[in-house]
Amino acid sequence: MHMLVCGGTGCRASASDMLYENLSKEVQEQGLQEDVQVVTTGCFGFCEKGPIVKVIPDNTFYVSVEPGDAREIVAEHAVKGRRVERLLYVDPVNKEQIADSKGMGFYKKQIRIALRNCGLIDPENIDEYLAADGYEAMGKVLSELSPEEATQEMIDSGLRGRGGGGFPTGIKWQIASKVPADQKYVVCNADEGDPGAFMDRSILEGDPHSVLEAMVINGYCIGATKGLIYIRAEYPLAINRLKIAIKQAREYGLLGKDILGSGFDFDVEIRYGAGAFVCGEETALIHSMEGERGEPTFKPPFPAQSGYLGKPTNVNNVETFANVPVIYNKGAKWFASIGTEKSKGTKVFALAGKINNVGLIEVPMGITLREVIFEIGGGIKDGKKFRAVQTGGPSGGCLTEKHLDTPIDFDNLLAVGSMMGSGGMIVMDEDDCMVSVAKFYLDFTVEESCGKCSPCRVGNKRLYELLDKITKGQANKEDLDNLRNLSMVIRDTSLCGLGQTSPNPVLSTMDNFMEEYLSHVEDQRCPAGSCKELIRYEIIPENCVGCTACARNCPVNCISGERKQLHTIDQSLCIKCNACLEKCKFNAVAII
Amino acid sequence: MIKLTIDNRTVEVEKGTSIYHAARKLDIEIPTLCYMNLGDLKIEHKPGGCRVCVVEVEGRRNLAPACATECFGGMEVKTHSIRVLNARKTVLELILSDHPFDCLICAKSGNCDLQDMAIKMGVRSIPYQGEKSTYKPDFSPAIIRDMDKCIMCRRCETMCNDFQTVGVLSGVNRGFEAVVAPAFERDLDHSECTYCGQCVAVCPTAALTEVDHTTQLIRDLADPAKKVVVQTAPAVRAALGEAFGLEPGTLVTGKMVAALRRLGFDYVFDTDFAADLTIMEEGTELLDRLTRFLGGDKEVKLPMLTSCCPGWVNFFEYHFPDMRDIPSTARSPQQMFGSIAKTYFADKIETHREDMIVVSVMPCVAKKYECTREEFKVDGNPDVDYSISTRELAMLIKRSNIDFNTLPEEDFDKPMGESTGAAVIFGTTGGVIEAAVRSAYEIHTGKSLQRIDFEQLRGIEGIRSASVDFDGVEIRIGIAHGLGHARKLLDDIKAGKSNYHAIEIMACPGGCVGGGGQPLHHGNPAIIKARQKALYQEDVNKPIRKSHENPAIIKLYEEFLGKPMSEKAHHLLHTHYFDKKQKDVLLD
Amino acid sequence: MTKIKSLADLKKIKGDLQSKISLREKSDTPEGRVLVKVAMATCGIASGSKEVMEYMIDELEKRSIDAIVTQTGCMGYCYAEPTIEVSLPGSEPVVYGYVDTKKADEIIEKYIRNQELVDGIIPVNYQTIEKDKEE
Repeated sequence: MHMLVCGGTGCRASASDMLYENLSKEVQEQGLQEDVQVVTTGCFGFCEKGPIVKVIPDNTFYVSVEPGDAREIVAEHAVKGRRVERLLYVDPVNKEQIADSKGMGFYKKQIRIALRNCGLIDPENIDEYLAADGYEAMGKVLSELSPEEATQEMIDSGLRGRGGGGFPTGIKWQIASKVPADQKYVVCNADEGDPGAFMDRSILEGDPHSVLEAMVINGYCIGATKGLIYIRAEYPLAINRLKIAIKQAREYGLLGKDILGSGFDFDVEIRYGAGAFVCGEETALIHSMEGERGEPTFKPPFPAQSGYLGKPTNVNNVETFANVPVIYNKGAKWFASIGTEKSKGTKVFALAGKINNVGLIEVPMGITLREVIFEIGGGIKDGKKFRAVQTGGPSGGCLTEKHLDTPIDFDNLLAVGSMMGSGGMIVMDEDDCMVSVAKFYLDFTVEESCGKCSPCRVGNKRLYELLDKITKGQANKEDLDNLRNLSMVIRDTSLCGLGQTSPNPVLSTMDNFMEEYLSHVEDQRCPAGSCKELIRYEIIPENCVGCTACARNCPVNCISGERKQLHTIDQSLCIKCNACLEKCKFNAVAII
Repeated sequence: MIKLTIDNRTVEVEKGTSIYHAARKLDIEIPTLCYMNLGDLKIEHKPGGCRVCVVEVEGRRNLAPACATECFGGMEVKTHSIRVLNARKTVLELILSDHPFDCLICAKSGNCDLQDMAIKMGVRSIPYQGEKSTYKPDFSPAIIRDMDKCIMCRRCETMCNDFQTVGVLSGVNRGFEAVVAPAFERDLDHSECTYCGQCVAVCPTAALTEVDHTTQLIRDLADPAKKVVVQTAPAVRAALGEAFGLEPGTLVTGKMVAALRRLGFDYVFDTDFAADLTIMEEGTELLDRLTRFLGGDKEVKLPMLTSCCPGWVNFFEYHFPDMRDIPSTARSPQQMFGSIAKTYFADKIETHREDMIVVSVMPCVAKKYECTREEFKVDGNPDVDYSISTRELAMLIKRSNIDFNTLPEEDFDKPMGESTGAAVIFGTTGGVIEAAVRSAYEIHTGKSLQRIDFEQLRGIEGIRSASVDFDGVEIRIGIAHGLGHARKLLDDIKAGKSNYHAIEIMACPGGCVGGGGQPLHHGNPAIIKARQKALYQEDVNKPIRKSHENPAIIKLYEEFLGKPMSEKAHHLLHTHYFDKKQKDVLLD
Repeated sequence: MTKIKSLADLKKIKGDLQSKISLREKSDTPEGRVLVKVAMATCGIASGSKEVMEYMIDELEKRSIDAIVTQTGCMGYCYAEPTIEVSLPGSEPVVYGYVDTKKADEIIEKYIRNQELVDGIIPVNYQTIEKDKEE
């Protein structure tokens, strides 16, 4: 028998290490060390109910276990084989106790469709992909469905573009299929650019064939024989695995002429991008592939009418494509049964920031932010307080406590002032200054704007400068009015999605954290204590024992004081590096 | 047809019409900054980048750029709602916030599209102050780039890339640092720039201007030891009046001559004289090649291409160096003039070339470069010392307190002021070849032309073809203006698909009348066509309309050159071309 | 490699491959071998999964343990890279996080040899659509 004790930060904050010691001690006292092993594990992601103890082989799942419960667990469960009922998880919906973790809703919260093969198969071995139903969807489509039927299946599935736009994929295919042309193109947008988002890279690294398979299907539906994958050169591993995958698929005849005897030809080439965020926008991406400057042009014409080299082109992103084979294998109906009314299926999110389980998750649409952050994500690091979550990358907004129970889908996120984007999700805690967060994102958009249209080129720079002024305590209330007006105008007048959404972090933080802006402007104070110009480090006389640790570690020697005497910080020299605060063992340094 | 309402007024337009054009039908002028439409010249630039022309479209989430948004049936457009007015002004304020505030001393002050827009919008303060972009200024022999003043309208790029296919200017860098520049932000002098100056002609601000030679000119005019000779290109007289409020297309030849005299030039001559001379040399060369060709000589290079345009010469030296034996070896009129002025004429007035300053007034900025070419110097002394643009001349006249419009009409000095109608049409597309045909026909056939006007060679189409009957021999002629059009003809020649005998090429739209040194047309192509019309009128007005009948030219050959293509003529009036592709542009 | 010429062809090959791979996946035959999958996406490699993979291959061979070590994509537990999944014949796969060579040694000695769980297990908290199919 194994007893797994959660050793994640959240559980440890609730004394799981002591629980572990107690359990080990009890096992030893009962002389069970031969039969029972106590091990610590990584975070179960269920920090809300921590500490967690899981007993295997019977999968018993104890929640909110205290160190004092160790004796009972060992005595009852290990010795007598009876579960400790009072520590079992109670289903919040039907109030039933659930003993087996497999029956818990929590472990069903992630469903892996796009990521189905990531971590399961060897991406460099096509045989493993074939064994996992690989290319079966393609085979079925090419041999059994007409392009119209296959497109209809995609429309019926309700799949929407996962790159950020959320445009219905099937409809996009249908439009491209109806434009007559001698040559059409299928383009896979692998120019993942949102800071913190890396699902596309993971898919290409973990399951490259799923994208190739989907591109063939897409080509068949719209009448294209050529596929191009636009991938940023900064993804060498993904590029390498794609190359291997393309080679293997060609060798098996799954790419090339007369695929599976269907008479349909399709091949794929890789095109490299130089890592410009704006090249995720499809017209900019196409210009970049043509060797032109990667900047967006006015739509219409849409790529479906006139895209790569002026030919009808369908552009979908990696995650979108990764969903495609499954839809044909399991049916549009199955796919449409997952998710919400207007957003079907799952979405991959890259959890980052002040969250315990940083990583990639895939959840059905309609799950709440709370479930994602506190259950799957394991809650906030170091037991701090949740402040905000930023979704949709630099184009998204910051959502707060009051949005936590909003079901996540394309339309709901837009309605609350953020967006789905490509699925970046950055969690912030009480130490994050929301003005600085907005400034961080603007810094990114200023850098990544292509510079074509004036509101985005100059406006974002001015937004950044205004935010910078605020974080330095140099702004007045008029600046706040200008900040809002400018944000609205940039949103209203920019040429492409980048500029149209770049003010979102500003507007959403202004809407949700106005008091924080006002503190910076009116009181020259940063409530989170993070804006360097607005804070100072002080030594608290009652706590200082004169150990000299702070003075010894100060890089600019601005702390003075004799041994065992009260120390003082020379504010004129202090560079606010935080070293004194980190070194002080007596809580005698404080941020004022 | 599509019906829509703009500012609550109904208008019917064809499918594909933009909101901007639909509004114009209702006499609603939506302000634009980056947009440019040169109508018949087939240049439409609508990047939708400046966002000044935004309008509100009912049911649309954000504002729409009027220049790039197509109308649809039932569309409801508002061009001056409060949302639009606020957005438009804010966008302009943003552009101004990244623009130097040196309007008082700016080269384009009073002639600047951005300044006009600021006046129109009533901008009185810039709420969004911040960092301004700064770039190293770039001084080439002809064009100055001061990118601090660039507003990223990208008109220059359209001219350089789409119209001229020269491909020197393009957007570089990202975001706030984005700017238009040659690749790797090199200087123009280290790029393949032809100095055609079309970028200067369309730049709304002073980001692109010509090199100023007026300061030097004032100094030389004031120097009693120097004989200062001026020559004026044909296209100048059809455009200079615009700078003094006269209607485009007003011919101001006499007033211009009077003004030049008052400025203090010792001799006021005409480039047209040299244009007639060009016809003698180039026409003879063409006839020579034709005769050999018709006589079965396989070596002869045909078609022969004209070589008067310095932008065009630069273009083939960079882009078609392997074809540099096709163009005529005749120097351009500006250089023929300089060469004759500093030899033949200098002898006549007993002056050393070192003591003579030859200045040209040109509709062109490439001419500034052309006169610096080493092959046009004798012991380091240039045949033409420098060239000023039509704009610079206008400025100089104003600065010298000369009331241009009340000036009397005066005549050019002799002998190098005498010219024919054939010379004056050099200033428009089709003119050089028409002048050449008039003379070549008569010389070849020995007959007198019944009709002097060759209407088939005239027009504004980018590429034109015509044939002329040389007494039973059909001479096929091609005409291109705009280097993009020239490239097409050259590609055809290269591919062996060309059956022309002679081709005239001009770099600028409409020929020299649309040159980069002319008063700015501000996107109105009608101005260029009016200048063209004026030149054809001047041609009709001239008593002599065929170059070979110019008595001053006949005398020049008698007294000095001998005959066309003589050794002396070859030495003074012909040139050779270089392979500039070999010039290592990647090494400074 | 030979070309796959039809859908029927594809299905047949899949059948063959599945039996071959499930042997490895489930390892439920008596002579089933140990399967170690190392997450080798960028996040894993950046945290040292390459070294871990090499170590596992070398050490398992040295210690004469009949095992297959393969690479795979990102399992999503980027906070705990390098991660490896160990499947012993007849038991559920176990994912270990923060695996360095020292940890790998412990996993080989304790878990692979003696089926004793080792600290550092990452609880799997998602269902793949494969499982969904079984339900």
